[in-house]
Amino acid sequence: MAEGDPLTIAAPEVAAGRAAGVRRRPHALARFVRRQPLGMAGLTLIVLQALIAIFASWVAPYNPVANDFGAMLQPPSGTHWFGTDAFGRDVLSRIIFGARTALLVGFGASLIGSTLGAMIGVASAYFGGKIDLFVQRLVDIMISFPIIILAMAIVAFIGTGAEKLVVAIALSFIPRVERVVRGSALAVRAMTYVEAAQAIGSGHWRIIFRHMAPNVAAPYLVMVTAFLGQAILLEASLSFLGLGVSEPTPAWGLMLRGAAVDFATRAPWMAIFPGLAITTTVLTFNVLGDALRDALDPRLRT
Amino acid sequence: MTRYALTRFALVVPTLLAVAVLIFVLVRVVPGDIVELRLVSGGSYVTAGVIEAERARLGLNKPLWDQFVEWMVGMFRLDLGRSMWSGESVAREIGIRLPLSLQLAVMATLIATVMAIPLGTIAAVQRGRWPDYVVQVFSVAGLSVPSFWLGILIILFLLNVFGYLPPLTFSPLLKDPGANLAQLIWPALAVGYRYSAVATRMTRSAVLEVLREDYIRTAWAKGLARRMILRRHALRNAMLPVITVIGLEFAFLIGGLVVTEQVFNLNGIGKLIVDAINQRDYTLIQGLMLLVATAYILVNVVIDLLYAALDPRISYG
Repeated sequence: MAEGDPLTIAAPEVAAGRAAGVRRRPHALARFVRRQPLGMAGLTLIVLQALIAIFASWVAPYNPVANDFGAMLQPPSGTHWFGTDAFGRDVLSRIIFGARTALLVGFGASLIGSTLGAMIGVASAYFGGKIDLFVQRLVDIMISFPIIILAMAIVAFIGTGAEKLVVAIALSFIPRVERVVRGSALAVRAMTYVEAAQAIGSGHWRIIFRHMAPNVAAPYLVMVTAFLGQAILLEASLSFLGLGVSEPTPAWGLMLRGAAVDFATRAPWMAIFPGLAITTTVLTFNVLGDALRDALDPRLRT
Repeated sequence: MTRYALTRFALVVPTLLAVAVLIFVLVRVVPGDIVELRLVSGGSYVTAGVIEAERARLGLNKPLWDQFVEWMVGMFRLDLGRSMWSGESVAREIGIRLPLSLQLAVMATLIATVMAIPLGTIAAVQRGRWPDYVVQVFSVAGLSVPSFWLGILIILFLLNVFGYLPPLTFSPLLKDPGANLAQLIWPALAVGYRYSAVATRMTRSAVLEVLREDYIRTAWAKGLARRMILRRHALRNAMLPVITVIGLEFAFLIGGLVVTEQVFNLNGIGKLIVDAINQRDYTLIQGLMLLVATAYILVNVVIDLLYAALDPRISYG
């Protein structure tokens, strides 16, 4: 499931024969484009946004951290499309650089969290018995707290900063992903090919990674995309609280913190544009996630 | 049924006990305790003796096991201890703020339910037609807008268009209902939108699933009115997953509004959690986390019992 287009691997008819899957690849992608035009649009926007984030230094009209006290709190205009903030920094440039933080934390946290959660879920379903019971009770406890509170508690433990946010958010996703993936893995566990693998003497980890993991790729992918948007929202919330990325690093949640409300009447653009950036980004991820879920597993709800 | 309910409620105790142990340990693993934060990080010079004395006063120098037993013994007498920061009893600190958070949660739940059930049903019935698309766009957008930013937008809008700022101090509902609602309706709307988006999506998919069932076809075939089919046959059967989602969101609202409360300057449970974690106020964090976990676990039990009450096919021995 690491290489290539995961859609083919997850499609049920492909599970029957791997060789057929290789040839069907373009077919499945084409089908996704045709059946899920919205999802495709979301994917395109995400790629575009990733490109903007990567090439931020070329795209952004100004230096995002340079103060310009001659141009403080300027309304949107030809020179500053989204206006400037209380330090005269260009809001558009800060939003463009903020995309780096958002996408880094979003992808990092959801990939790490979903992968670890999925691995624990599959292992728990495979081993069963006391191990499963213990893991599930632990998960019970963890999911009785809102994600943001778990993340806050972890931040208190490891400190703030973009990389640490990735860890905090990823860890707080683990129990939720675990629950969903374990459910699918339990069904896979009962399959004859798992029994066959055991019969020919395959080791535990070989069965878990080679036989079970690829067959829970569908819920795994759905979780990754569902949590991408969530991770970006969490990053914004934590940065807003002062528990995330810290000044002067450009981050959308941070741009909304304090000043945006203080200047509500004088400079509303300071609060409007960063929030729009968060909303549109999360929206594209959610649309893509919905499309993927419909394509892969219509019965799976997150 | 009664026996089942009693067992379910009894099982809450061991789960909460496990939560308590976990919180107790985790809180103490986090680097820096309250004494360090209050005395040392202020920048002023304090002798080791003073720090030791303060730790002793708060009972932080006792062995962990003793601290835990003390906390547990207190809990069985319904005493959660005193906040290490303010010296107030934890129960009182929570008690001051709980009415606000609870009221906000109830208001948001009402807003969400009133919007979600009709919207979700319309979307499911009109699947693939424009009302469905409108509802779907509305609900995906609701999942994507950060509630706290929506809150900021509401404040901006009220300020710039009407020159109006909602009241900043909390007045209890029974004392001054006007001022109370004028303050809480805005955060309730901001939070309720996201909440309704979650519930709308669940309603839509649940109704869609039910509409595929044979008994719906039978109902059509025997010539029942459309309203009748929707209300009596489809909606009633689709309600279980919707109730689950609404219940879980409600539990989340009790302590999860950490950011929205900040935006609206509300002194609720969410804000208290942020403060308690920042101040390493062990006793307060422990009390708050137990509250949040209890809310969640109890809501789950209630949902399970509701299942049995609403769906005659489900009966628990």
